[in-house]
Amino acid sequence: MSDGRISRARVTFTVILAIIFAVLPLPEPLDAARPDLLLLLVIYWSLSAPRIAGLLFAWFCGLAIDVLKGIILGQHALAFLVVAYFTHKFQLRIRIFPLSQQTLTVFAFLFLYQFIVFWLDGIVGQPVTTWMRWMPVISGAILWPILVAGLDTWNRRNR
Amino acid sequence: MVTLSSDSRNIIGRGPPLGAGLFFLGLVSVGIMMLDQRSDYLNTVRQWLGAAASPVYAVVQTPGQAWEWLTGSFADRNRLKTENAELSEQLREARVKLLQFDSLREENVRLRAVREASAGVGGRTMIAEIMRVDVDPFRHRVRINKGSDDGVFRTQPVLDAFGIVGQVVQVDKYSSTIILISDSGHSIPVQVNRNGIRSIAEGAGDLGKLSLPYLTVESDVKTGDLLVSSGLDGIFPAGYPVAKVSKVERNPADTFALVEAKPLAQLDRDREVLLLWAEPPSQVAAPAAKPSKPAATESKPAAETSSAPPAPATPSAAPREPAETLPPGAQPLPQSQPPQD
Repeated sequence: MSDGRISRARVTFTVILAIIFAVLPLPEPLDAARPDLLLLLVIYWSLSAPRIAGLLFAWFCGLAIDVLKGIILGQHALAFLVVAYFTHKFQLRIRIFPLSQQTLTVFAFLFLYQFIVFWLDGIVGQPVTTWMRWMPVISGAILWPILVAGLDTWNRRNR
Repeated sequence: MVTLSSDSRNIIGRGPPLGAGLFFLGLVSVGIMMLDQRSDYLNTVRQWLGAAASPVYAVVQTPGQAWEWLTGSFADRNRLKTENAELSEQLREARVKLLQFDSLREENVRLRAVREASAGVGGRTMIAEIMRVDVDPFRHRVRINKGSDDGVFRTQPVLDAFGIVGQVVQVDKYSSTIILISDSGHSIPVQVNRNGIRSIAEGAGDLGKLSLPYLTVESDVKTGDLLVSSGLDGIFPAGYPVAKVSKVERNPADTFALVEAKPLAQLDRDREVLLLWAEPPSQVAAPAAKPSKPAATESKPAAETSSAPPAPATPSAAPREPAETLPPGAQPLPQSQPPQD
């Protein structure tokens, strides 16, 4: 039981860091390619601690992004929710994937997320049509192995 | 090889089924989006959510502020001296201009009263600071440190010392988001200052460029023309400088000329902007003194901008002057003579 509680604190801590990272001003070229760290964390925790990080958790994370950066409430929340749904659905499979395959899956998830956001942008009537908006998909996929390695090491040490 | 450490307890068979969660939360998201897009019901919710986010902004801004404080406190004496000299020079020039300005304004008000025209330029302003946080790399939006607690409202015009910067698109309790005139989703009705030709300046997603797509090939526009806001949208007050025409290309085969303008406001260099509470035009003649905001929110901006007595925030119908720019005792047009009948 105490294990669960520690994990919960850990999840909260990483989520707060990711939220801060989301609004941190970055220099110009990096700015457009800022990876969606919070979404990566949602995927990671959905895979490794599905009891703590459920759909509601993902939805609230998305809502936080909406409040900080969105043009309407609920947009990123919906995108996070859909990604979390697929992560949970294929959780047992993705967990035993080799890392390369896992990264590809995450790439697909990130693409799905960006596509939903892009689509809703269009519905709202304020589309962003530069190709640059797909950069976070690539940078996020590159970040995934590093994130998994780091968080796994941390989890194993403080278990 | 790195594998995920796992909470290996089975999740199947406990809690609500996954599909139901997706359906329910998805429905909630769509509902929220529709409410937020089509109505104002969620405004207060949004304000409070934004207020909840303010610790995040505080954390993010701390390094920048600390750096500013450090450089400020260790600035060398020479630089301060030159800066001081420059500023007093500017102040002197501004004073001289102001001498004429007072008499010109009185004359203007008189003339406008004669013509029964609307109350021209003027209004109450408040300085807001641009926060060092990222909003969206693909949109020209910035966040400022004034919110609904300071009386900021949606569609409020935002200026800097050189021209119109943009307008407020979303208000939180302690901060708000403004959209710059250069955003590709923004357009502002303008007028060529030289001859009064009206057009619309659209943002092009480029900080140094606005495009004016609706000027015909024959229209009299030249490079270097000043574009001022025409005030036809009811959002931006008339007569504030917006941009300078930088490029005019006329192809006789086309209907419209290719006109580009460069925004006058320093969109990429501003650290501070001015929020403007414009005077409503006097045509909407109505009983005076109708304070549209609670007194609590009112006292703060008034104290911030001036030593003037706290006037009602959105002032009454009479073309009253902005109190803070007046020398004490000089009230050119008392409320008793609004131009009606």
